[in-house]
This record gives sequence, C-alpha cells and structure tokens, in this order.
Amino acid sequence: MKDYSISTPDSLDLMAVSSQRRAGRRRFAAALLVLGLGLAISLALATGIGRMDIGWKTVDAVILGKLGFSVPALDHTTEVVIWDIRLSRVVLAGLVGASLAAAGVVFQGLLLNPLADPFTLGVSTGAAFGVALLVMLGVGGSYLGLSPLPLGALVGALATMAAVVVLSRESGRIRKESLILAGIVVSTFLAALISLVKSLDEESLSAIVFWIMGSFSGRGWIHVGFLVPYVAAGLALAACHHRELDLLALGEEQSEHLGVAVSKVRLRLLLGASLLTAGAVAVSGVIGFVGLVVPHLVRVLAGPSHGRLLVLSALSGALILIWGDVLARILLPGGQELPVGVVTALLGGPFFFYLLKSRRARGMW
Amino acid sequence: MIRVEELCVGYGERAVLSGLNFQVGPGEFVGLLGPNGSGKSTLVNTLAGLLPPRGGRLLMGGRPLESLSSRRRAQLRAVVLQSSEVRFPFTCLEIVLMGRYPHRKRLESLADDDLLRALKSMRRTTTDHLQQRLITEVSGGERQRVMVARALAQDPRLLLLDEATSCLDVRKKLEIFELLNLLNQTQGLTVLCAMHDLNLAALYCGRLMFLKDGAILRDGPTEEVFTPAVLAQVFDTPMEVSRHPAHQRPYAVLLPLPMEIQEAEETLEAAHI
Repeated sequence: MKDYSISTPDSLDLMAVSSQRRAGRRRFAAALLVLGLGLAISLALATGIGRMDIGWKTVDAVILGKLGFSVPALDHTTEVVIWDIRLSRVVLAGLVGASLAAAGVVFQGLLLNPLADPFTLGVSTGAAFGVALLVMLGVGGSYLGLSPLPLGALVGALATMAAVVVLSRESGRIRKESLILAGIVVSTFLAALISLVKSLDEESLSAIVFWIMGSFSGRGWIHVGFLVPYVAAGLALAACHHRELDLLALGEEQSEHLGVAVSKVRLRLLLGASLLTAGAVAVSGVIGFVGLVVPHLVRVLAGPSHGRLLVLSALSGALILIWGDVLARILLPGGQELPVGVVTALLGGPFFFYLLKSRRARGMW
Repeated sequence: MIRVEELCVGYGERAVLSGLNFQVGPGEFVGLLGPNGSGKSTLVNTLAGLLPPRGGRLLMGGRPLESLSSRRRAQLRAVVLQSSEVRFPFTCLEIVLMGRYPHRKRLESLADDDLLRALKSMRRTTTDHLQQRLITEVSGGERQRVMVARALAQDPRLLLLDEATSCLDVRKKLEIFELLNLLNQTQGLTVLCAMHDLNLAALYCGRLMFLKDGAILRDGPTEEVFTPAVLAQVFDTPMEVSRHPAHQRPYAVLLPLPMEIQEAEETLEAAHI
C-alpha cells in the first residue's frame, strides 16, 4: 500500500481478470452443452427402454411425427406406448428432477444448512397429509383425466409452507433458525395426523403408503401440464434472485449491510422453492435425495455461485431422475415396478455419504 | 450525514442506548470509544439499519433511516465488522464484487465499471494477489482486508467500522487507517469507527465520542476530549496522556490499577478460611 494513487485501468489488469471471467463463462457454457445434449439423448434412450421392445427408429419416427414432420404411418398401439405412456413419463421425471434439484439449491442457500432439502420445512408431509385426507374421505374418480390427489397434495403442501412461514415470523422478520424449527414442528404434527388417518381407516393405508413412496407409474401428459406452471413460476422466482442467494449465503447481517431486503427476499425465495416442491410432490409423491444430493454434487464441480448452480442443478436433477425412473421400471424381473423414491434413496444415501467424506477433505461445509 | 435525536435502542426488556443526541457531518472522521457493553456495537448496528430504534429520530443523508430501502441504505453506507465468517467457497474477487450489488440492476450483467471498482478497492487494500483465492482459505487478517475492500467497492459516503481492525497486526492496522484517512481527506468519505485501541483512535480520528452505559459521556475534537480526566472517567482506569514529539498527536499510557484488585483478592482468600 505504498502507492496510494488510483491506478489506471491498465495497471489493474482488467484484461486479465476479464479473460479469467470469460474462461469461467466458457466452462459454464461447456457444462451447459454437455448436460443439454445428455438430456436430449437420455430423453430418446429412456423412451426406447421398456417392457415392449421397440426399436430406436420407431421411437424417432413417432416423436418426429408428433412434432409435425412427415413420417411413414405407424401402428397405433406403438404410437400410444411411445408418445402417451413412455415419453410423457420421461418428460415428467425430468421436470420433477429439475424442480427438486432447483428447490434444493434454494433451500440450502436460504437456510444455510447443508442438510436442507426441498422437504426440510415440511412441504412433503403437508402434501402427504392432503392426500391422506382425500383418501380417507373417499374422494376419488378423475376429472379431465386427473385424479384429485395431486390437487390435494398441492393444497396441503402450500398450506403447510404458509403455516411454517407464519409461525416463524417474529416481529415481521423471518429468521432461518425459526423457519427450521417451525418446519419441524409443523411436519411432526402433520406426520402424527397422517398416522391417525392410517390407523382410523385401514383401507387407506396402502394407498397412502404407496403415494408417499413416490412414483411416476401411470402418469401422463396431463400431469406434465399440471406441473409446468409451478415449475415455470418457481424457477423464474429463483432465477431472478440468484444474486440475493449468493449474498444470503454470507448470513443475514452481511447481506443486509450489502443492501438485500432480507425478509422480503427470503419470502419470495421460499415461495419459489415451495411452488417447485409442491408441484413436484403433487404429481409424483415424495422422491427423496435428488434435492439433497444434486446441489451438493454441482457445488463441488461448479462452485458456490447460485446463478450457475441453479441452472446446472436443474439440468442434472432432470438427468438423474430420468435414469432413476428407468431403473425403477426395469430393475425387477417380470415387469414389476419399483417406486422411484426407493431407487433414489438406495442410490442417493451411499453417494451422499461419499460426497460428505470427500468434501470434508476439501474444507467445504 | 447522520443526525440522531433522542435515540433509544434496546433488546427485549433491556434498554441499551437511551436519549442519544449527536450529528456527524460529511467528511468527519469519528472514533467511538467506550468500555465493553457501553453500547458501541449497538449504536453501529442501529446506524447500519439492522436494529430498529425504539424511540427518537435517526436521519441519514437527511432522510429518516427507516424510510430508506435496504438497497438505498447500502448505497449510502458500508459496514465492516470485527469478523465476518464466510462459509461458502467464493473467491475473494467474487466477495468484493458483492459490494457492487446495491448499484446493479436486477438482471443486468456485470459492467466493466463494477469490475474496475472492485479491482481498485482490492488494490487499495493490498489484496490483489487474493483475487482468485477462496475466501474460506485465506487468513483472518486477509479476509478482513477483503471485507474492507468490499465495503469500499460499495462506494459509500459513510463507512461504519466496528472493531474492524482489531484482529490485524500493527502494520495492517496502520495501513487500513492510513487508507481511510486518505479517502477521508481526498474524497470526503465520512468514517465512524467503534474501537478499543485508544492510541489508534487518537492518531487518526478528528473527533471522539465516548460512550458509557448507553449514553454519550463526552463528544468533541480529539485534542479537547482525549484527556486523563475523561479517559479515567470512561474506563475507570488511570491513564497518562502525552503528546508525541514526532506527530504531535496525543497518546495514552496505562498506569497500574490502584490496590483494589489485590484488596478484593485478599478478602476472597480470607473468606476461604
């Protein structure tokens, strides 16, 4: 600090820093490209895999035909299997994976807790309670091809989130510690209520348990349509506030010093992440570990900056859940399906452990 | 710059500051001194806008502080605390760039001007070489200088420091204060720093405010208020104040405490028997 004169731009190496930043952007673009390509290929591959043996060419032909290209006429059954049953399911798995991973990024950044995931604040328990209630009341049937269960789950999830936020407010501020506490209180209480429902109405037991395990079995385009608005709104909210997430990662005090309206921003981010989670849970049930592991994994590879973290996590989450669902479909011999939530938990648990071990060595979290 | 009238602040039932009145004009360099628990940090937190006042008025830049948005506040003032933990492995440059947050629009990408300001403040705090290092992996002293750099990158009119240099070595401490002094002289940066180092305060601050038990005991030009009488009253400690022949600034020397500690200890020993 001998020279106090304000240096000229040149001597500050603006060029060097800019080029470093450009290199960073190029790496990000490359990662984006790889993940994007991987996703496109996975979409096709995953659609081709199933009990009914269908060649890749037929898969291509059906998809291209549906997209408006002229292709030779195809067997109607094949078309239905590929387009309506398989592709819709693969797309749904991708969307749910992206939602859960993005929501995980937001919750971890918001709560500054490495163990936070989309379900930490009780969103999943709320959704499960909504479903349990509907099952017990015997509300069934289907409207426009959609059963009322997703709606019940969605309402349950969002109501729970609202309750948690209201409970954790202290004189107009939302503190992260009280959020976690309120989340635990609310979800413990709801879990007890679910148990109550189960014990009162034994017939509903299997339906509730099956729903909670999480699965894409029997889902179709209607579910994709149901989910898309929530994914879009949630991702938009999260993406608009990625810079605030970076600052919030420094803690409440520092982010307020730097000009973040902490409580307001927290509320918006909570809303975004809740929409993502609630939408995902509503269509697929509770699928664990994707929202916990993917953000950690991507953070190791891409650094802590939340803009990139969000995008890359969403893509990776989609990729992982698409293949998780493929495994769920084909793992058991004889055509029986596993709940995909079981697959992600079986694979995610050990992997998370490995990640934590290797991260501790690098001094991160 | 700051205008405080009958300010009262507290946590829960406990009142920490009561009935404070003072003004800090633009371009002043004010030291805030006082014993532990006298309310220095509370005052800094209140001025930073983190602690809502219970009573009285607090104007910053001529407007009530509570009427300013978080963003507007951050354009006016920057804060450096004693220590700022960062748990995520951002690079130091990324941390300093966060200082530009209040000046950037939501979806605007980083302008060259922002980058330039960040680099300038890293140069000023001699943290250039840390640009690509992770904030989680630098030493405490280095991190603190990065925090000062971030505050300067914020381009504030007022800089609030709360024991910001306590964990730095003598040399780094002086460097930071020389820099603050220079920015104060050349760019009219207003500085208010809560600190324990009496001699550092006497060396750089043009004005000293002595806080005790949540009230201002003395407030005035360093030359007038940095006296043995005031210091003894504020800190309950006998001190000698001299003027250094080289720079003509006052400095304090601690004198041993009178017998009170020893006497108390003897009473305690006696109580055992």
